[in-house]
Amino acid sequence: MAMNEPKQLSVQELIAQKSNRGLLAFTEKLIPKILLLIATVSVLTTIGIVFTLIFETITFFTEVNVLSFLTGTEWYPFANSTPTYGILPLIVGTLKITAIATFVAVPIGIATAIYLSEYASDRVRRIVKPVLEVLAGVPTIVYGFFALTFVTPILRSVFPEISIFNAISPGIVVGIMVIPMIASLSEDAMTSVPNAMRDGAYALGATKFEVAVKIVLPAALSGIVASIVLAISRAIGETMIVAVAAGSTPGFDWDVTGSIQTMTAYIVQVTTGDAGYGTTIYYSIYAVGFTLFLFTLFMNMLAQFISKRFREEY
Amino acid sequence: MRYINHEEVASKTKKRLTKNTIFKGVFAAATTFGLIVLTILLYRIITQGSGYISLDFFTSFASRIPENSGIKAAIAGSIYLMLVVAPVSMFLGVGTAIYLEEYATKNRFNTFIKINISNLAGVPSVVFGLLGLTIFARFFDLGISILAAGLTMSLLILPIIIVASQEAIRAVPNELREASFAMGATKWQTILRVVLPASIPGILTGSILALSRAIGETAPLVVLGIPTILMFMPDGLLSTFTALPMQIFDWTKRPQVEFHDVAAGGIIVLMALLLFMNSIAVFIRNKYQNRY
Repeated sequence: MAMNEPKQLSVQELIAQKSNRGLLAFTEKLIPKILLLIATVSVLTTIGIVFTLIFETITFFTEVNVLSFLTGTEWYPFANSTPTYGILPLIVGTLKITAIATFVAVPIGIATAIYLSEYASDRVRRIVKPVLEVLAGVPTIVYGFFALTFVTPILRSVFPEISIFNAISPGIVVGIMVIPMIASLSEDAMTSVPNAMRDGAYALGATKFEVAVKIVLPAALSGIVASIVLAISRAIGETMIVAVAAGSTPGFDWDVTGSIQTMTAYIVQVTTGDAGYGTTIYYSIYAVGFTLFLFTLFMNMLAQFISKRFREEY
Repeated sequence: MRYINHEEVASKTKKRLTKNTIFKGVFAAATTFGLIVLTILLYRIITQGSGYISLDFFTSFASRIPENSGIKAAIAGSIYLMLVVAPVSMFLGVGTAIYLEEYATKNRFNTFIKINISNLAGVPSVVFGLLGLTIFARFFDLGISILAAGLTMSLLILPIIIVASQEAIRAVPNELREASFAMGATKWQTILRVVLPASIPGILTGSILALSRAIGETAPLVVLGIPTILMFMPDGLLSTFTALPMQIFDWTKRPQVEFHDVAAGGIIVLMALLLFMNSIAVFIRNKYQNRY
């Protein structure tokens, strides 16, 4: 009966049999392995970054005490007699820029997001969104030029006590740079709030403003906060704007009118100068880079955590 | 007996409506802020730098005298840089995207790759510069060359290209893949002849946008130690070079105000280049969008 019947092959098996032959089968097996190899490049990049930073930082710490690096309030690596490497002034400089940038970007970014998601017509949205994209695509060196040659002179004409290199001007411009990021990510979060919730509020007699602020904003809060955290991370890592317009005087104070230095700007200062390979100054850029890397990594992971953990599902 | 105090309701409603109107204006004003800044920025740069845009500007090398300064070496360097970055980053980016979308099963390693890519996208560009300086320039001994800078830039924009390509590949409807399998095609044949052709517009759009990020990126070049005054054209991948953003940075840093105008001239060229690349990207996106 069934045993006597000739062996039946399904079409699928025929295809499998055919494709298992020779070169074709070989490529089918080889391709995924090659692609996996390519995919590991991104992992190798991370490993490369982490190991580079750690190894060179360790070399730096054989010459400079770890504790005095982490708690020192004086950063004078170029001092001839006794160079000091206390990173706190650089961190304070970075925080000044970040604080000013956040102060500028958060209200404008969120207001833009509210307008785009709640008020704007399709036509307005089609004009504004590409403009924001262009603003996000302007190279940071151009923003740096803008800060130094336009924003700083204007600030100085109003407040003469501000010096040519200061924290306010680059801070504001870094803020302008991250506005598109906050606006577009927050808008995404707001648009994904279901219309039923808005309609419910309207049916109870709420105005558009009340719907936006009391319904949409709280519902999209996790996405909005995540966008702010990401923007802060960008501001911490921003290099060219501060390298051009903030100066190179690390100070452990809260003065924003005078020249300051951020972690990123220090790396630029050393690499544009002629600190030789193998000197303590050379290794110090890795220690600063590692600190910077940890800061931004923490912020990025915080943003991911917030948007995952506190997401409201509708 | 009245249950509703009409006067109070009317006054409260009026207040709420006024608030509504005021804030609509505030939100709209905030939205135009970006537009205004962009306009001022472009206007300033064009009025400041347009005087320097001439044929000489493109055919002269950098100089100590502002009037004689040009971007010949910088333009050539930026183009050479793109010749390295475009193939390397697209090969790695599209390859990774195909792996993640078509082959990767849900296991720990693949999840790790995905998390890693999103974290890599958040690493500051100056840190990529440190990576390039240590690994490419020193460890592989490529020095301050086009190849070292190109590989660094490729890794920098890799996450952007991967994510864009993933989205493009994901947008290809499964029916197309199934139809291809039903015709007897193998998986790789399907990817090569069905999935990739269908997703190429999205991949190209994302890649061009990523490349335009790379062409304006300065920090990694600064960290690598790219020179700014260069009196010769690059003649190969291992040649020393300078690039447009690097040249702009150098001119901006100089104390003489005349050099700021030269920098503005360089910025005009850079922005025109970006505009050109972005228009190509937008053109591809609009022409091939929503075919399914």
